[in-house]
Amino acid sequence: MSFWEYANPKKFMVTTAPVLPWLFAAAGVALVTGLVWGFFFTPEEARQGSTVKIIYLHVPSAMMAINAWVMMLVASLIWLVRRHHVSALAARAAGPVGMVMTLIALATGAIWGQPMWGTWWVWDPRLTSFLILFLFYLGYIALWEAIDDPDTAADLTAVLCIVGSVFAVLSRYAVNFWNQGLHQGASLSMDKQENVANVFYIPLLVSIAGFVLLFLSLVILRTRTEIRVRRIRALEARAQQGEGRA
Amino acid sequence: MIALLRRDLRLAVRAGGGFGLGLAFFLIVIVLVPFGVGPEGAVLARIAPGMLWVAALLAALLSLDRIFALDQEDGSLPLLATSPLPLEAVALAKGVAHWLTTGLPLTLAAPGLGVLLNLAPGAYGWLVLSLALGTPALSMIGTFGAALTVGIRRGGLLMSLLVLPLYVPVLIFGAEVVRRGAEGMAVATPLAMLGGVTAGCLAALPFATAAALRINLR
Repeated sequence: MSFWEYANPKKFMVTTAPVLPWLFAAAGVALVTGLVWGFFFTPEEARQGSTVKIIYLHVPSAMMAINAWVMMLVASLIWLVRRHHVSALAARAAGPVGMVMTLIALATGAIWGQPMWGTWWVWDPRLTSFLILFLFYLGYIALWEAIDDPDTAADLTAVLCIVGSVFAVLSRYAVNFWNQGLHQGASLSMDKQENVANVFYIPLLVSIAGFVLLFLSLVILRTRTEIRVRRIRALEARAQQGEGRA
Repeated sequence: MIALLRRDLRLAVRAGGGFGLGLAFFLIVIVLVPFGVGPEGAVLARIAPGMLWVAALLAALLSLDRIFALDQEDGSLPLLATSPLPLEAVALAKGVAHWLTTGLPLTLAAPGLGVLLNLAPGAYGWLVLSLALGTPALSMIGTFGAALTVGIRRGGLLMSLLVLPLYVPVLIFGAEVVRRGAEGMAVATPLAMLGGVTAGCLAALPFATAAALRINLR
């Protein structure tokens, strides 16, 4: 029993079918708990007042926006090396989800920035690199949509994802160099020195878990849809061949 | 490889279009800028480094879709792929040809257009140097984008969507060199970063371009 057995589409479908509802339920529970706890049962922060509560949407979505791209990169590499179709389809499935996460992070950031910094948008390194990340997602999805042949599309988008990752990291450091920002440093890190206070920290962790679970459920759901689309295509092709023969 | 380079150069010069068009586009964009932001010298001088770089970048983008599309149409791309020359070398030659027909003329024309935008006197040398260092990277990235979209009909628009985000680091470092040059600050750091990006693009992107071409020719 190895991990790679899940690369078999049939095995993947059979395994994920019973798991998926539970995953969605867990995501819902974690999100509702984290957000309700965060919104209604945490004290207001001394300087920021109630605006601080948008952190429960902003930080998790920003984390997932980056992690979704990393997941696409890993899935693309697996596709290029081992030619597992499920992997390519999972990368395709993650694209729009990651893009929406990036949008949520940008939008909540703007809404948060307006009262705090007095402006909806500044060309701060973090904001700018997220905008660039958004453009990368757009290009990636557009390339998937533009190519008809599924294997060619999978290959080309995988190559784009790898080259794009290099340039995304490069841009991240380039914009750092280009402009100093208003955005604070990391809110969460492994060493607890600079973390947010515990009252905010625990509900934040719960909503992060909710976002991770939501992302996983959506990607699995979309991957299953893609697999079904493939199967329908194969059946249609076979039916047409049958008609031709008759 | 040299033969391919010379063939591409000859095609670019004789077929018209690409060669002069990029330059004309560069000129027009720069001429349009003062109409948009007003003719005051101080304002123009402030935005000149960035505008020159953005305009050069857009002009370089203009001729990208010709790199492989024409060869794909007349069938010479599969011939190139089956020739003894490795596809990576083809990709590099194509990129170099694109640079010689676009990046180099843009670099040479940039100081003249800098005058129009009231660029600070100290910045002209840095403008030429940064464009000379940066435009090869633009050509190599563009060749990669062209290889990705060669199989798609009317892929030009998609290609700009793919290529422009990849241009960001080059643009940042390139414009930063000129800006610092104009203000008389030390330019060594952005210049070194720009050179590093270009060297990396020249070294690594031909492989990605060749991989994309192989997939498209399958």
